[in-house]
Amino acid sequence: MQLLFETTIDGGRYIDWLLSGLGWTVLLWLGAAAIASVFGIVIGCGRASTSMTYRLVSRTYVQIFRNIPLLLQAFLWYFVFPELLPTAAGTAIKQMPPPWASFVPALFAVGLYTGARVAEQVRAGVGSLPQGQREAAHALGLSSFNTYGCVLVPQALRTMAPSLTSEALALLKNTSVAMTIGLLELTAQAQQMNEFTFRTFESFSVVTFAYFALSIFIYGVAELITRRLSATKVAAVGKAQRQA
Amino acid sequence: MIPYDFGAIERALPYLGEGMLFTLKLTAFAFVGGLVIGILLAVIRHIRVPVLDRIVWTYVTVMRSIPLIMVLFWFFFLVPLVLRKFSPEGLSVSVSPQLTAFVTYTLFEAAYFCEIIRSGLLSVPRGQYEGAKALGLSTWHAYSLVIVPQALKAVVPIMVTQAIILFQDTSLVYVLSLTDFVGAASKIAQRDGKLVEFYTFAAVVYFIVCSAFAELADYLRQRRQAKSDVRAPTPIAVTAAS
Amino acid sequence: MNPNETPVVELVSLTKRFGPHTVLNGVDLKIYAGQKVVICGPSGSGKSTLIRCINGLEDIDGGEVVVRDKHTGVRYTKPTDIRRQVGMVFQSFNLFPHYTVLKNCMLAPLKVNGADREEARATAMKLLTKVRVDNQADKYPPQLSGGQQQRVAIARALCMNPTVMLFDEPTSALDPEMVKEVLDTMVALATEGMTMLCVTHEMSFARRVADRIVFIDGGRILVDASSDEFFSEAAHPRVREFLGQVLAHA
Repeated sequence: MQLLFETTIDGGRYIDWLLSGLGWTVLLWLGAAAIASVFGIVIGCGRASTSMTYRLVSRTYVQIFRNIPLLLQAFLWYFVFPELLPTAAGTAIKQMPPPWASFVPALFAVGLYTGARVAEQVRAGVGSLPQGQREAAHALGLSSFNTYGCVLVPQALRTMAPSLTSEALALLKNTSVAMTIGLLELTAQAQQMNEFTFRTFESFSVVTFAYFALSIFIYGVAELITRRLSATKVAAVGKAQRQA
Repeated sequence: MIPYDFGAIERALPYLGEGMLFTLKLTAFAFVGGLVIGILLAVIRHIRVPVLDRIVWTYVTVMRSIPLIMVLFWFFFLVPLVLRKFSPEGLSVSVSPQLTAFVTYTLFEAAYFCEIIRSGLLSVPRGQYEGAKALGLSTWHAYSLVIVPQALKAVVPIMVTQAIILFQDTSLVYVLSLTDFVGAASKIAQRDGKLVEFYTFAAVVYFIVCSAFAELADYLRQRRQAKSDVRAPTPIAVTAAS
Repeated sequence: MNPNETPVVELVSLTKRFGPHTVLNGVDLKIYAGQKVVICGPSGSGKSTLIRCINGLEDIDGGEVVVRDKHTGVRYTKPTDIRRQVGMVFQSFNLFPHYTVLKNCMLAPLKVNGADREEARATAMKLLTKVRVDNQADKYPPQLSGGQQQRVAIARALCMNPTVMLFDEPTSALDPEMVKEVLDTMVALATEGMTMLCVTHEMSFARRVADRIVFIDGGRILVDASSDEFFSEAAHPRVREFLGQVLAHA
């Protein structure tokens, strides 16, 4: 792995390229995860709503963002979106400096795509809760917003933990699509290093290893959170039983 | 409204058609090939063949942990090397990018199918295996005639979903400068400067095709659930079809 | 029961362990052609394990299982060979839901014995008629009632022309009204002279059909007696205790 510490054309070292790529990947992951969480929960709850408009909007959202390839979605955000806006806004976007010009469209693309997938999981998770939970919340006079926010979604998150974990890992893999619109994240850096040094095996190995490390990290954090969530549930039930 | 040049799309249809043909060929090949290999891998893991089990586990885990683009890069680098090494002396093997793409996607899908089919295998009651064995059927016959058919039936909806994902994933051959449907649309869009028209057209096509198959998958899943008499808590969703 | 005949099934010092727990402890048993043997005992006594060891569904940790072909007298000790001589009927039927009833019965003769397709079909229909399920031949198992499915399972096992038929609690998973039809089928089979080894709680069946009753407790055979002796006043105390519990619920 001495490759990493050799000097590059522009005077730095390859490890700087790798770390830069890593930084963009992580930033994209965090941003997209935030977008996906918000949209996922809102749309996911919308699928099971009593309001027909809300249901329709949610269903359309999911259908659109799940049935178009992520690559194409990235292209749409990067090439087409600026054209569809009023001229002033469009020009402003096109004048964004390079890394951000690629980062922002990628953020929207990956974020909304993942949001659609999370929405489906939230729908399944909320749907698997006993009917009684919603009925009890209504009986108590809770608004729809509070019913979902305080009662249903928190419980659903527990059952959804495993599928959300795999979604988080899939999100990591999907960030690589950003390289097609010019973002120099990890995979792009693998290609760059290869092109400049022709040491394909080393360049690719180092980046592959970086992905493994990130995967393990995400998985570890997810496990911790899952365990925490299950622990509080078990503790609460145990406490209730002791008091009974 | 912004101007939309429908004519440009019409003129480009033949070329787009070629791109779609490549997409379909790649999808079909990788689906079938991945399924066959996936079944084999799943059975190896299920019956825990001594050394192979670990090898398959490693392969599947690695394939599922790296981005597809990275896998494509790896295979594009490795496959020509491997094929050249194993080809007879004197035979100059030119490995086309298309061939590498087909091999890569097949092996990539196999890893995902392995996990899907494994879950199917686990859902087949153990009694089926015992019934088959008690009749004297060999392990090969027990699996090929009794267990695997039932496992496949159990995961049909998931497989349709996986096919949709594969159909979309083929677009990533873009990074290898291969021309699939998205690639064709992209090339013309760049050449003629009609980005909006062609990218939105491509999006609409994918939307129609994938939605149709997604409805099919949903229908199959609901039919399966209606058949099995599972006593589950009443779901909250207003209607199943909402 | 002719002691001079060679037994069709012989268990010699059969031992089976599940982890630290010894389920079968050096069991010896000889079954002769044409005998109807019922194996009974309290839960966990090892009776199911015993018959599952005979056709190799469980590996044995000690001892030997020998099965002799009823026609040729050839001795078999390997599970793959034994399974061709031994038919098994399970508590949960284990019919193949993705094949028709007829295909379920034809599958093994075709694939294991390499039988001719027409021959296999004829045999299957004959046996399905015998168990009175022939009119369901083209249906799929989930479409049949429990009693019908179990009778199909019996026919399926019989299609392999076995020397011995093993029954592992064949009526325990059935609704009460269907138990009779299956027991009647088994009685008919017994009357025709089939060698049968049956694990069951149905003591009325045992009294009616069995020549011999084997009582297992704690991995050992405690009693191996004729049916009359078993149900008599002079029986082993553990047996009387067991019968008391079982018959109280009958």
